[in-house]
Amino acid sequence: MERISKDDVKHVAQLAELEFDEKDVEKITTQLDRILDHVANVSSVNTEGVPPTSHILDIKNVFREDIVEESVTQEAALKNAPDEENRGFKVPKID
Amino acid sequence: MEVHYLTAHELKDRLKKREISCTEIVKSIYSRIEEVEDKLNSYIRLEKERALSRAGEVDKLVGDGGEISDFTGIPVAIKDNICTKNITTTCASRILENYISIYNATVVDRLESRNYILVGKANMDEFAMGSSTENSYFGPAKNPWDTGRVPGGSSGGPAASVAAGEAICSLGSDTGGSIRQPASLCGVVGFKPTYGRVSRYGLVAFASSLDQIGPLTRDVEDCAAMLNVICGHDENDSTSIDAEVPDYKSFLAEDMKGMKIGLLKELMAEGIDREVREAVQRTVKLAEDMGGRVEEVSIPSVEYALSVYYIIAPSEASSNLSRFDGVRYGYRNTQARTLREMYRKSRAEGFGDEVKRRIMIGTYCLSAGYYDAYYEKAQRVRTLIINDFKKAFGKFDVLISPTSPTTAFKIGEKIEDPLTMYLSYICTIPVNLAGLPAISIPAGLSAGKLPIGVQIIGNILREDNVLKAAYSLEKAIGFAGRPQL
Repeated sequence: MERISKDDVKHVAQLAELEFDEKDVEKITTQLDRILDHVANVSSVNTEGVPPTSHILDIKNVFREDIVEESVTQEAALKNAPDEENRGFKVPKID
Repeated sequence: MEVHYLTAHELKDRLKKREISCTEIVKSIYSRIEEVEDKLNSYIRLEKERALSRAGEVDKLVGDGGEISDFTGIPVAIKDNICTKNITTTCASRILENYISIYNATVVDRLESRNYILVGKANMDEFAMGSSTENSYFGPAKNPWDTGRVPGGSSGGPAASVAAGEAICSLGSDTGGSIRQPASLCGVVGFKPTYGRVSRYGLVAFASSLDQIGPLTRDVEDCAAMLNVICGHDENDSTSIDAEVPDYKSFLAEDMKGMKIGLLKELMAEGIDREVREAVQRTVKLAEDMGGRVEEVSIPSVEYALSVYYIIAPSEASSNLSRFDGVRYGYRNTQARTLREMYRKSRAEGFGDEVKRRIMIGTYCLSAGYYDAYYEKAQRVRTLIINDFKKAFGKFDVLISPTSPTTAFKIGEKIEDPLTMYLSYICTIPVNLAGLPAISIPAGLSAGKLPIGVQIIGNILREDNVLKAAYSLEKAIGFAGRPQL
């Protein structure tokens, strides 16, 4: 059974902010189809009444006192910026 | 023995007796690197000048009567997804090729407080996705036992460097087996602690509910010493466990009398090489000889672990890797005329094939209409796997299995077939899904002179049992092989 089509792959690529040329779409569709077909065996497991685990620990929000502490400086934050202007990150036109 | 092949505890003894200086240790490591690195590609970046100058400082401290810790002057390789301030952290990706860390990971701060020496940043699969280190933008790392074969992955560099004498020990990360599987393939010790035992602050996230930092070392004693340094609560990681850290070295006793050991039935079946199964059987026999009580145990849900992992890990990765957009750091396509085009081209050109594949799987599994069937279903099956392990640990102190279904495979052998590559994690993945601590120790060599590893798994926060069993078995096995390079 085909689980994922070339059109699905193009749609998912858009969601993921990726792009593939036609040749790669073909290849990745085949690969994803095989992988999804393999992992789909989870659907045969009876999980009625079984809660999902998102995390193995009992996680709670952690709060700290609202006091000002040393943080990343503007200079350090901009150190790896591909482009900057007026001490901010510079990007192309927002479409 | 050559200095570069000594353990950290042996070097500590020599430092204490003033038989050697830190500078001599560091020089010996770099001359070994000059000798073999061309054949191995264990490192993405070396920090020779910094290391030598640091060694000089440490020698002065020691000369002035400063304390000699377990890691004073010890050359350590750090996997290149762990942040080291003012030094690049590339994750073996083009997208982070020139990224310079602006802070230290907590584990690095802790090692620095012990006056360790950073040798360099070790090679890995891009963003820790892979089991062969072939997915590195900087070229594959090679296995020191046979340079035509992979060192395993994703911590292939950390494992190969320790095996070949290019570092005394190293730090890796383990999301589905990325410390234990390369340790197994390279004939060294690799430990993944309980999820949350070690702070992930400064580890570039892959799958946040599975990632854990851990040591790769030459023996179990060094492994325990490293755990003493890196384990413990950290206010910068809200998922780090706030529990007292025991002295892990205190568990290093040759004592398996009465220890209840479960041999994992599902991981001793077809699909696991005969030689690997035989090595595990021999190890189990040694445990029995020392008074361990071994029984077979079945964890039926293990059958689904690979599927659960390859839904959950890519899903978390697709979310974590959305931060790489060419805006604040990393590679940017400069031809793009609009923001969206810049995002897409930067990511398409910056990420390698396997990373893109995982982002695609994850995005698909989380997308409308598929979330329930894939992601949520996998999370429910994950609960069943956890419950099965809980049940087993009601009866056993530790569980034992192979670490990898095969010895090191040939470079190129599996790279075109992602699903076959994924299968090399079959023994290690269930452990991450359940958050358990586990070690891989060398159990011998195959007929083809390649290392075979055995995995010992403990219950949550029961690193003590794992270390005790590993230490006892290590002594009984007496693995002393060295790769011929």
